[in-house]
Amino acid sequence: MATRFKHPAQDVAGLGTGRALGFLAPAMLLIAAFLVFPAIWTIYIGITNYRLTGVEAVSPSMVGLTNYTRALNDALFHNALWLTMLFVLGSAIVGQNILGFTLAWILRRARPAVRRTVEALTLLAWILPSTVVAYLWVAFFDRDTGTLNSILGTTGTAWLIDYPMVCLVVFNTWRGTAFSMMLYSSALQAVPPSQLESARMVGASGWQTLRDIVFPHIRGHVLTNTLLISLWTANDFSPFLLTKGGPNHESETVPVYIYNVALQGGELGYSSAISFLLLLANLLVSLIYLRLLRRRA
Amino acid sequence: MTPAYVVRRIGFYVLICAITVFFAVPMLWIASAPFDKNPGLGVHWPDWTFENVRKTLDHPYALHSMVNSLIICITTALAVTAFAALASYALSRVRIPGRDALLYGLLLLSSVVTGTAAMVPIFVMIYQLGLIDSRFGVALVMTGGLLPAAIFILKDFVDAVPKSYEESARVFGASTLQILRDVVLPVARPGLATIMVWAFVNSWGNFLVPFLLIRSIDLQPGAVLMQTLTDEGGSVNLQVLPVFSLLFSIPVVVLYLLVNSRYGFRFHGGIKS
Repeated sequence: MATRFKHPAQDVAGLGTGRALGFLAPAMLLIAAFLVFPAIWTIYIGITNYRLTGVEAVSPSMVGLTNYTRALNDALFHNALWLTMLFVLGSAIVGQNILGFTLAWILRRARPAVRRTVEALTLLAWILPSTVVAYLWVAFFDRDTGTLNSILGTTGTAWLIDYPMVCLVVFNTWRGTAFSMMLYSSALQAVPPSQLESARMVGASGWQTLRDIVFPHIRGHVLTNTLLISLWTANDFSPFLLTKGGPNHESETVPVYIYNVALQGGELGYSSAISFLLLLANLLVSLIYLRLLRRRA
Repeated sequence: MTPAYVVRRIGFYVLICAITVFFAVPMLWIASAPFDKNPGLGVHWPDWTFENVRKTLDHPYALHSMVNSLIICITTALAVTAFAALASYALSRVRIPGRDALLYGLLLLSSVVTGTAAMVPIFVMIYQLGLIDSRFGVALVMTGGLLPAAIFILKDFVDAVPKSYEESARVFGASTLQILRDVVLPVARPGLATIMVWAFVNSWGNFLVPFLLIRSIDLQPGAVLMQTLTDEGGSVNLQVLPVFSLLFSIPVVVLYLLVNSRYGFRFHGGIKS
């Protein structure tokens, strides 16, 4: 994929550098305006006391690193960080990874009809619009008539209020497993069948085969996949659609917290400082990810 | 057939069934509730009716929001495809100074600057530009967000197109413009179609950007209207929401199936949104 930068570029159509730059210009302008500029501007807004309404909305003033020192002591921000870690650990690192790998591994030898059906269902969960999916799960978890309570016979349990984080973890595992499944399916094709065959001949158990034969071949994929789905999960805004961060901040992950501070509380300066911290975390994960990809290529 | 083998097969099917149930059960609602006389949040065999469909079509904002979604997403898909096509061709065929650094930067941008990390500055920027409540503003923001990944997917695609086509056209004296229009464009069509569908589907499902930038209900796209209706609650909405969810999902599924059957599913290692 994207790491194959170095190949001889030959200008076969005779475009020329000047026109090539002209071809690049519209895309680069839009990217500069709507990605690069906001990212840099976050730094600036983050050192002001800019607000959505009031005096500071008209004439914000520089406050230096006040917003960052405030974040250090903000119990709600710590809470958001902790919940985001739980969310990433539970739904991405454990949930999507393990379910995705399990699916890739067992569907390998399943009948084509079974394989296609299960793959279609997981893919459907992945491609449906997020608002639709969120509403499906709100209905599923509903206190009075929800399907989960009908199945378990626990009518009256308000899952989204009593166990909001568990609900979010289950939801996001369901939502995102397709990606890991597809990635591991293609990674498993790189494991030489002859090695699997000889493992079977010497009577290795399924677990031994996985550990000694399969895992060494796909270790790189596990690492890059984990980084990528963790990054997406940490930046996922769908928790807002299920719980809005509630009840009482119990499911307020960092993206939801940023939204609530910025748009509900109107504190644009403070929320920008937190956004910048999220950008830095994203940058760190992405740099590691790209380095790993390059090493593999 | 040893007993151990039988046990393993049984375990295998139990596991497959459990996973299938896990993925299927939450979706049953969208299949049953739209056509049920007494739609609720639970799943049961529907008491068939098309009353809900009529109610949804009569809803003052339902179809309207679909039109808003179409306006936003078609604009975004066309802009992303056109600009990414031009940029990826230039990056693939011409050795522009600093090209590798630029590509690396684009790749970083596509994963680092996410909608959630940039929502505050984007909101402030659009607010100060006076583009709140503008569908065009929403399309612009989405286009900027999708372009880096689109350029990457398309560049991979153009890289795989043999240069001999362009070379032979040149030997026969075709001008640069002719080569691009009559040789490169037709050859790249599957890639362009894929990227257009990809951009459309991504902007169709995008909730955050229009949720931040559009306030008035008659300009909201479907993704935001669903949230508005959910927040209102009430029994009228229980007739409208299921049908609306179904209608809103159809374009995404149809487009996905179309691309899948025509060009085969292409796995763009790691680029989703």
